Amino acid sequence: MRGRRRLFGGLNFALRGGDLLRVTGANGSGKTSLLRILCGLLSPVCGRVRWHGGDIRWMREEYWRQLLYIGHAHAVKEELTALENLVVSCTLVGVNVSREQALEALSRLGLAGYEALPVKILSRGQQRRVALARLFLSEKIPLWILDEPFDALDAGAMDYVRLLIAQHLARGGAVVLTTHQEIRIENPQVQCINLDSRVT
Amino acid sequence: MFTVLRCVIYRDLLLASRRWADVLTALVFFVIVVSLFPLGVGPEPNLLRTIAPGVIWVAALLASMLSLTRMFAADYADGTLEQMLLSAAPLGAIVAAKIVAHWLVTGLLVVLIAPVLALQFDLHQPLLGTLTLSLLLGTPVLSMIGAIGAALTLGLRGGGALLSLLVLPLYVPVLIIGAGSVDMVAAGLGAEAHFLLLAALLVVAAAFAPWAVAAALRISAE
Repeated sequence: MRGRRRLFGGLNFALRGGDLLRVTGANGSGKTSLLRILCGLLSPVCGRVRWHGGDIRWMREEYWRQLLYIGHAHAVKEELTALENLVVSCTLVGVNVSREQALEALSRLGLAGYEALPVKILSRGQQRRVALARLFLSEKIPLWILDEPFDALDAGAMDYVRLLIAQHLARGGAVVLTTHQEIRIENPQVQCINLDSRVT
Repeated sequence: MFTVLRCVIYRDLLLASRRWADVLTALVFFVIVVSLFPLGVGPEPNLLRTIAPGVIWVAALLASMLSLTRMFAADYADGTLEQMLLSAAPLGAIVAAKIVAHWLVTGLLVVLIAPVLALQFDLHQPLLGTLTLSLLLGTPVLSMIGAIGAALTLGLRGGGALLSLLVLPLYVPVLIIGAGSVDMVAAGLGAEAHFLLLAALLVVAAAFAPWAVAAALRISAE
């Protein structure tokens, strides 16, 4: 429910380790709102989100420690360099990374040579890569919630992010993502929610 | 948790150093406002000495408010605020770190430069010392109260004007006690009572403001 408009209702799903949930729908159908509800940033008008049986509203920090959220706004500071951005954003959510790990993550995402440049002068796709470099450092976080992760990426980077997601699923992690593109991830346990057909 | 705190303070100072024009704006504003008074009022030493504490304190209030709108706005716009809300560290602690950083780049600079500006008003020791100490105790309170206002008006159109209306009345006790301490010393009385009151305000604000800001941020971010 956003303002007076009912976005979706009657949703019911469960994710287990190794599951991928793909949320689709037209622009404005409530994909981002659903993800923000799953994170606990937005409270649903009715219904609840549970993690390991506990309501996330009461778990708060305990839940957030096990959650990685990369939103549509990618939380990258234009004045800071790519390396500083990555270290700060990891530390902020409680993942401690060394300089070397951060450098490796950036080079994996094709940003080798750009680490010390202010993000302001990078292209939009490269800025997105800086944000997504956190995925490489978040192996231990079980639940990934990604809002349009493939937005503005080129084919090579998309392949690599897809690989990271597949590896995370193989490790037993769960991923929720929204995307407009068709993605092929080798995984038997894909669930799909189409929000267009959910207005009741 | 302390790693997160250090990280937030370090990040905000780093951002301030890369955006030094913003920091300088508030400081230059303070210098200019304070310097305008002797020019406008005229060089009558007794009058200048009387108005000095009030003028410097009011200018400090306005300078501290000038940078408040930016306190959370940039983080809100680029999504960093969402990451802070989802951090494993308590939000109140992160907010406290941001307030400390805000004070370091506005309040502390004002405290350091105020004694120099006070010379224009013919203030001498021990009034200079009293003024500096009162600002040192008072400006952190301004940052904390201001942070509550900044969090409440986050994401609103015309939030800046609303912020001043919201925050300035709350600054009044700090202003009265802070400027009053200098007057007390000028009248030959001790300023201990005023300093104790300022310190009490500081302690109360430090205990409650971060949590109030955290609650306001959660509401604003929905």
